[in-house]
Amino acid sequence: MRQRFLNRINFTDVSLAIIGTAFVGLIVVGSFKTLVEGNYTTRQWLDFVVFGIAQGSIYALIALGYTLVYGILRMINFAHSEVFMAGSYTAYFAAAAMAKSGFTRENTLGAILVLFAVAMATSTFIGVLVERIAYRPLRRAPRLVPLITAIGASEVLKYIFKGLYGDQFKAYPEIEALKGSYTWGDINITKIQVVVILSAAFLMLALYLYVQYTKTGKAMRAVSEDKDVAALMGINVDAIIVRTFVLGAALAGAAGILYAITFRQVNFFMGFIPGIKAFTAAVLGGIGNIPGAMVGGIFLGLFESVGPILFLDGLNVPAPYQLKDVIAFSMLVLVLLFRPSGILGERLSRNKA
Amino acid sequence: MEHENKSPWWQKALQSGLIGGIIAILAALIGMVESFHARDIIAGQISMGETLLLLLIVGFAYTSSRDERLPISNRVLSGVITGVVIAVMMVGFIMLGKVVNLRSILVNASPVLYKILTFDMENASAAYGYLIGISAITSLAVSLIHAIPPLWRRAINTGFTIVLLLALLQDLLRITLTPFPAVTEALAWMFGKRGEQGLSVVGAVVVFIVVAGFNLLSAMNRDAIRKRSQALPSGTQKALRWTSWGLLAAFLLIWPRIAGPVLSDVTNSVGLYILMGLGLNIVVGYAGLLDLGYVAFYALGAFTMGVLTTTGGEIFFDFQWTFWEALPFAVLVAGLAGVFLGIPVLKIRGDYLAIITLGFGEIIRIMFLSDFLKPYFGGSFGIVSIATPTVGSTLLNTPQTLYYVILAACLVALFVAYRLRDSRIGRAWKAIREDEDVAQAMGINLTSTKLLAFATGAAFGGLSGAIFAAKLSTVYPHSFTLITSINVLALIIVGGMGSLPGVIVGGLLLVGLPELLREFSEFRLLIFGILLIAMMLNKPEGFLPEAVHRREFHEDENLSPATGD
Repeated sequence: MRQRFLNRINFTDVSLAIIGTAFVGLIVVGSFKTLVEGNYTTRQWLDFVVFGIAQGSIYALIALGYTLVYGILRMINFAHSEVFMAGSYTAYFAAAAMAKSGFTRENTLGAILVLFAVAMATSTFIGVLVERIAYRPLRRAPRLVPLITAIGASEVLKYIFKGLYGDQFKAYPEIEALKGSYTWGDINITKIQVVVILSAAFLMLALYLYVQYTKTGKAMRAVSEDKDVAALMGINVDAIIVRTFVLGAALAGAAGILYAITFRQVNFFMGFIPGIKAFTAAVLGGIGNIPGAMVGGIFLGLFESVGPILFLDGLNVPAPYQLKDVIAFSMLVLVLLFRPSGILGERLSRNKA
Repeated sequence: MEHENKSPWWQKALQSGLIGGIIAILAALIGMVESFHARDIIAGQISMGETLLLLLIVGFAYTSSRDERLPISNRVLSGVITGVVIAVMMVGFIMLGKVVNLRSILVNASPVLYKILTFDMENASAAYGYLIGISAITSLAVSLIHAIPPLWRRAINTGFTIVLLLALLQDLLRITLTPFPAVTEALAWMFGKRGEQGLSVVGAVVVFIVVAGFNLLSAMNRDAIRKRSQALPSGTQKALRWTSWGLLAAFLLIWPRIAGPVLSDVTNSVGLYILMGLGLNIVVGYAGLLDLGYVAFYALGAFTMGVLTTTGGEIFFDFQWTFWEALPFAVLVAGLAGVFLGIPVLKIRGDYLAIITLGFGEIIRIMFLSDFLKPYFGGSFGIVSIATPTVGSTLLNTPQTLYYVILAACLVALFVAYRLRDSRIGRAWKAIREDEDVAQAMGINLTSTKLLAFATGAAFGGLSGAIFAAKLSTVYPHSFTLITSINVLALIIVGGMGSLPGVIVGGLLLVGLPELLREFSEFRLLIFGILLIAMMLNKPEGFLPEAVHRREFHEDENLSPATGD
């Protein structure tokens, strides 16, 4: 009896359990201490939460691009972070021109819409180009191969944009109408955060409806179930894949604008961190799952804004905000270890994971 | 699912010309042409920037005239169409650039660029004509190459390649020849005048004729040569082989004397990358575990060396060991870290593994950078005053002496990797790479095998990092970004995954070349990215592939396509 029990536990599971317990222990102890010490007021906590939701909705928009492509091709589009950067960086020039000519002040809504249009168009163009050059010829290749071209494409795009627009940080012009904030009781929310959350919510809703209720959406779902059978049913698989890339890239472009009006700085390297975080968000929610990416994005945003203070401040870690990326990446590791299907994902079969 | 393209041949030629034109304009706009223009290939005649554009035209004209089903006249015509379209697009771009100020957005659209593209000519329309004319002639010549026998074609290709390489590597050649003034004197005609870069016109022509002629002769007599060398008695064959190994060893030993400090330093960077490449090759090439956070182990090796040997006193630790005492610990720490980071990812495969290891690499870097660990690792200022290696009482603190440490490390790593390759564990790694489930069913213990791969690979990385720390005598976290991981990955992929000579060639090509050609370094990652994509599209097994990998990647060409998933 004892022998059988010993046979059943294996080294991997035990070490995973130890790692998991250690992490959960740290989080619980850290949060408990922070809350007991009470160095932060409710108002501050609420600020963190609002910031986290705004940040998270940007992640969610980018994450949708990863999830859509993964759902259909079962591959991580490594170049997606550069698709995001391309839109945001290109739209800077439109923003600067409109701010200079005074158009932004006269017609703020129009200016913002123009920005969205420029960024989404650029991102879409880049996204489709990457699919055509780096992924389509490799549809049937071993899985490592498109992954490596994706890494290559990401580097190429980064340095092409560096060459085109230069390597300095560019400061997005401030939009007058978006200064200031609203306050209800203890909740304080800036106008920019309102814009970010509302536009992200609108775009996500639009995407969800598109995928659920249009013919293309139906075809996309069919292709993600089984490419070959979908082709037999008369679906043009390549065309559907291109449309998927278009959708993902357009959302990344929109996220680029939201990111730019929040942080007001763009450069050729800006895609890397949001990109990998958005990927984390996609995994967190369950990759391949559209509502999952939205939920995952918000969750990750919250973790990142509340987490460092909540978990680490109590453990007397100096400058916990420097470690927010560590928290995000640890989340990725933990999710992949303990629930690879994510919060909303279905149980992944072995060949998918 | 390749669709048969039904469009007529001229349409295809036009299309490839348009693509070529866009790429040429892009190369100009990202500043490549301008920065390459600073170096001459043929002194005073052709610069590297012009060569880049010419090579683009050559490449596109060559591919568009490749379709063997067409009659030769149509093939030549499509090559010329492609070339002319590229040139016309360039002209269009220059004309546009003179009317519209592109520079407010595109930083590299400077007047200098237009000057380069119009060959510094006063008369604009003459320059445009010249550009189109040259492009037409080049593409005509390139297309006509299809009409001549393959033996000659290969000889011409080799001739041009060697001339180009010689021109690119002339600095290397000039420096290495400095200790031999007689040779320098004798070869003076080959290079441009003093103070000029590039080959002289005479030099280029002579080198081309010699190389092409030699190639042609040896290709014609290849069978005879092979027969004669096989007919040699086995004793002589053995002796020949040993002599060539001996010559190589002697060359490696005296290299720093020939090379001088600057080149030795370049060689040292190449060596450190080869060391990392050998390590990552075990993880990615042998065991098939794509690791994008490999830089973490490099960083751990470097920081362990730093912590153990620093005499700076800025940080909490005060070991003050010597280099040789600390080295085994640096390797050990990196290897253990390989195991620790390996445990959580044992069950994770493919894409997820790539992203999770990338996360690990970033976590380690951010931790070293953070205020949290600043007392121990110095935060963003890092650790200073790291011990230099000594032999007896001599300090190995110059690039020329440090070279031997790196050479020894590389040889040890090469030996270990070579012996591991066909050992029991090496075959287990390959089995896992091919199919994890089948490997497990065959009785391979996945846990220990994978962890051993991570640990060995990490130990090589740690060794490289430790020497890196001693080389610079400082370490700080900014040296350990994702870019290093990508560089190492690129070098093993270009060389051929799993192939040991591939790692060395990859290191020389991807680290050595950009260090020698400073014009390249700005576009290093761009070129790496293009290389990665191009390799995966055309030659996924790499330049010097392992036999198994070559078969694997060209499987579908031998088997019926219906077996694909």
